[in-house]
Amino acid sequence: MSDALTALSLAEARSGLAEGAFSARELADAHIKAAEGARDLNTLITETFERALADAGRSDERRAKGEAGALEGIPLVIKDIFCTEGVLTTAGSHILDGFTPPYESTVSANLWKAGAVLVGKSNMDEFAMGSSNMASHYGPVINPWRRAGDNAALVPGGSSGGSAAAIAARLCLGATGTDTGGSIRQPASFCGVVGLKPTYGRCSRYGIVAFASSLDQAGPFGRTVRDAAILLGVMAGHDPRDSTSVERPVPDYEAALDQGVKGLRVGVPAEYRVEGMPEEIDRLWRAGAAWLEEAGAEIVEVSLPHTRYALATYYIIAPAEASANLARYDGARYGYRAPAKSLLEMYEKTRAEGFGAEVRRRVLIGTYVLSAGYYDAYYLKAQKVRKLIATDFAQAFERVDVMLTPTAPSAAFAVGEKMDDPVAMYLNDVFTVPASLAGLPGVSVPAGLSGEGLPLGLQVIARPFDEETLLRTAEALERAAGFEAEPSYLSSGGYLSSGGSR
Amino acid sequence: MSLDKATVLHIARLARIALGADEVEPLAAELSSILAWIEELNEVDTEAVAPMTSVVEMRLPRRADEVTDGAPVENVIRNAPEKSDSFFVVPKVVG
Repeated sequence: MSDALTALSLAEARSGLAEGAFSARELADAHIKAAEGARDLNTLITETFERALADAGRSDERRAKGEAGALEGIPLVIKDIFCTEGVLTTAGSHILDGFTPPYESTVSANLWKAGAVLVGKSNMDEFAMGSSNMASHYGPVINPWRRAGDNAALVPGGSSGGSAAAIAARLCLGATGTDTGGSIRQPASFCGVVGLKPTYGRCSRYGIVAFASSLDQAGPFGRTVRDAAILLGVMAGHDPRDSTSVERPVPDYEAALDQGVKGLRVGVPAEYRVEGMPEEIDRLWRAGAAWLEEAGAEIVEVSLPHTRYALATYYIIAPAEASANLARYDGARYGYRAPAKSLLEMYEKTRAEGFGAEVRRRVLIGTYVLSAGYYDAYYLKAQKVRKLIATDFAQAFERVDVMLTPTAPSAAFAVGEKMDDPVAMYLNDVFTVPASLAGLPGVSVPAGLSGEGLPLGLQVIARPFDEETLLRTAEALERAAGFEAEPSYLSSGGYLSSGGSR
Repeated sequence: MSLDKATVLHIARLARIALGADEVEPLAAELSSILAWIEELNEVDTEAVAPMTSVVEMRLPRRADEVTDGAPVENVIRNAPEKSDSFFVVPKVVG
């Protein structure tokens, strides 16, 4: 029974709960057992199993009274960057040691209002800065997938790696992430799940630990496109407490799924065919275009000429905004404080000891590009190139309805790889960063396996606030791809017990 | 542009991050390589381009300047590493 419950999709569990086939309590119990058995993956920073059972008990009571919400009784994992009232929130950083928010993020509050159940807070790269989850103060997350015939532990991608791995390993039915330059889509690709970054402004940022405020956006993970659509419908919406959250109605995303792609114009951006891209990823990309064409869409070659400057632009803007946002960690008001004799020493030691290497690096880069004499040369220049990148998309979207690209330039890599060269690590986000800079919605759909048996995702990008077309294209891809492979973790009985290396 | 040790120490001071003596040189090299990489933006002609300052085309909403959540002092200082009554406590600033 327990295994059967964790194998359900969110939509299937919703039906099962509605029909009374099982209770929210039984569903929570099954996922808690799965999470207890999967501690070797290190997906959760904080387990909230007792709360989950209590949440689920109340959920069953609400359902009995006929008051079931849209996510009634659904067990979720929340990225540890969303403030949760009374539950430790760390953003994967030492500097937030012991921080227990006295308030709830709007996105998570929306989920609880709809009846969802909290299983735990997921591990992540510190302050969402990373593409491997190796940069967490709480240790790396292990990807539930392994290469065929190879026992090497792989990264789940990042920064929302804990959420992606938790969904893939069936510890929950849905999860939240945040995406600044690819932090939902790239781990979704690495873990063989669906990950959606909505349009900037679609979900409230209130109560989300800030990284780069002009880029950060919350979004859902699910094992199916439908599950992601259901979650997004609950997470999205206007919030007066986030001045960049947009006041427009939230459509019925689920209803959009069955509309098909007949007559849709799908753009394939020539500039995404980058040098050194593995042949198997190019092949999958072409297969994806062929699937959509077969389903009635028209494939159109488009050009996004400034694509190659997106990463460099991002690595000016994001660190600049981060250096300002992270100025608040001063050791005075919350979190970690290093012992010191003077105020200046307190600041400098707290931040030196409290931030990890990648965060220190980005804060320093950000401080430099904003400092007197360099602001125009770097930051202003990057804002101008960002405008050109956004204009590229706007012009291409005059000719097409959505775009199709690979999600990431590789499958999951091994723990410890790419760690010595920050720029090599940044290249993971080459296909996801441009849409982030333009504020556009994007989704990664598992579409096939690499030659080594690892999942590969395809990305769909849509016009601002057109998550409906985004989702119906994703749904068509999902149906055509028929991706049914499962991570080896599910059949291995756990990597530690099977002698797997960490 | 490559950063010398003095510049690294200067920005570390601006960012209020203490650096150990052995950290400065490797950091100078790392930051220099990142800067060299982002300098490829100089190839782009941005002469007539206005900087992008807002992602979504929208007017920043206005609201009345009113206190809406009171002054929850307890909540504000609850997570402080050191506190006294309703104050944050830090090392002595004035002698």
